Amino acid sequence: MSTSDGVLVRVKDVEKVFHRGSEEIHVLSGLNLEVPKGEFLALMGPSGSGKSTLLNLMGGLDRATNGTVEIGGERIDEMSDRQLAAWRARHVGLVFQFYNLLPVLTAERNVELPLLLTPLSKAERRQHVETALTAVGLNQRSRHYPRQLSGGEQQRVGIARAIITDPTILLCDEPTGDLDRKSGDEILGLLQALNREHGKTIVMVTHDPHASARAKRTVYLDKGQLFKEKPE
Amino acid sequence: MNWLSQIASVTWFGVCTIPRRKGSAIVATAGIAGVVVVFVGVLSIAQGFRKAVTSTGRDDIAIVLRDGANNEMSSGLGRDVARVVKDAPGVARENGAAVASAELFVIIDVPKRSTGTDANVPFRGVEAAAPTVRGNVTVTQGRMFERGRNEVIAGVAAAREFAGLDVGKTIKLGKTEWNVVGVFSAGGGVAESELWTDTTVLQQAYQRGDSYQSVYAQLVSPDKFQEFKDALTSNPQIKVKVVRQAEFYADQSTMTTNFITGIGTVIALMMALGALLGALNTMYNAVASRGREIATLRALGFGAAPVVCSVLIESLALALTGGVIGGLGAYLAFDGYGAATMNFQTWSQIAFAFAVTPKLLLNAILWAATIGLLGGLFPAIRAARLPIAAGLRET
Repeated sequence: MSTSDGVLVRVKDVEKVFHRGSEEIHVLSGLNLEVPKGEFLALMGPSGSGKSTLLNLMGGLDRATNGTVEIGGERIDEMSDRQLAAWRARHVGLVFQFYNLLPVLTAERNVELPLLLTPLSKAERRQHVETALTAVGLNQRSRHYPRQLSGGEQQRVGIARAIITDPTILLCDEPTGDLDRKSGDEILGLLQALNREHGKTIVMVTHDPHASARAKRTVYLDKGQLFKEKPE
Repeated sequence: MNWLSQIASVTWFGVCTIPRRKGSAIVATAGIAGVVVVFVGVLSIAQGFRKAVTSTGRDDIAIVLRDGANNEMSSGLGRDVARVVKDAPGVARENGAAVASAELFVIIDVPKRSTGTDANVPFRGVEAAAPTVRGNVTVTQGRMFERGRNEVIAGVAAAREFAGLDVGKTIKLGKTEWNVVGVFSAGGGVAESELWTDTTVLQQAYQRGDSYQSVYAQLVSPDKFQEFKDALTSNPQIKVKVVRQAEFYADQSTMTTNFITGIGTVIALMMALGALLGALNTMYNAVASRGREIATLRALGFGAAPVVCSVLIESLALALTGGVIGGLGAYLAFDGYGAATMNFQTWSQIAFAFAVTPKLLLNAILWAATIGLLGGLFPAIRAARLPIAAGLRET
């Protein structure tokens, strides 16, 4: 799913303004970004620079104040909440800094969650879950609850959940932010493999240069603007 | 996945988190159970009272009072009127004699067993046909009183509620002593709260000459009532009021039943308000503690409507649990519990048993469900409106 020019994500003249009382906070100002299909893009920047906000706009989790967001040729900024929910289920895989697993569900049930929104049968869902958990090297721990898993293992479950529907794009918000270096490296290796071997388009927010080095391209956000080089 | 399956999944995830917040869930459930216990408890009094007063009311028994009288206390009939009533068309006959009883009704003071305080108890003088007229009077202990003697039989409810009415005991009323010679049942009806003796003896003891207050007549069949009534009300020699026994009893219980129902409803409403706040608090707490989970589910593509429904269903489930517990508790605690209260239309005590009826339980469960739905509504709307991006970062 991409446009004829190979661009999967097209963010154009996007502004995002938050309101705190009577104060207006301009987080993104006239921002433009294109992400080709098959890209592994790292979004870097200091805290409060708008990295996660931009990622949320691309994932249809938030709405821009102005501007357009087009993913695979579809204007997601024009979709209703209901259409957006269905679109996310079909096209977006989300990986969170704190994994966001449901503590009352086992690893395999957490991974299965997005498939509950598809017409797949129970047997088909089980097959997909096994494949996804194998892909992240965690099929032996499928019956464990999140509290019984290490941080790295929980993030692997999070990645398995993100890829289970074979989404158009993977959006990762600080995926190694809560992990030690070793576990973080393993997660980054996994994301790289998904990008290289399976052609997954990945946009990853990080403030860690070590993590961004594993991406194909890095852009920098500062004061609501995007830079190709790290601003001074 | 269809909408219903989404609701089922999101609801199940929510229900699984209840043990994490069992404190507030128990408080809400217990609050609603308390409302139901009070609601069922108080209204079972009204139900029991109504049942006691009306259960023996029959359509083929007519009661004749003085014209304009609303109850036996305000009625008065002479012997000649009683005779005209017994001779009227439509009255059942056995061996040529009318199955009818001219009766005298006085109120006496008898101490309650529970408190020792005096209460008004109906003391009825009846004729020999009285048990036949009512049809369901059975002496369960001792024997029937003998005519012409100062003997009484006590209804089972009166014997249970009031002191000194055991068989073999003697009670002194005014200057007259009466021997309690038997206890009778009357199908759970109002007669079970009364003492019975021979009309003639009671007339003499209370210096009533040959006057009565009512005539109870068994009709050949219910459809003979109109003929019987017309014959009496069109007779220029007498001025009487004729009512069916069922209507008479229903009318007699209306004021007390409405009073108890009103009080019960007001108390239950006040408690329901408290329980509603408890349910609101619980569900707001549930939504707050699950903010990140709800945001995660919505980020994955679950809709807002299933989230709303899941919160409502969870709230409803907690409320229904409380409702069932409360209903069961009320049933075990109150159903059949014996008591006596004043019938404001006759100013006499009527003994009755609390009646927890299926309809009452159903009403209570509906109250609980309403509390649950109202308690879950605003938290559910809040859950659906939670900004996903902000919710995802909640800790």
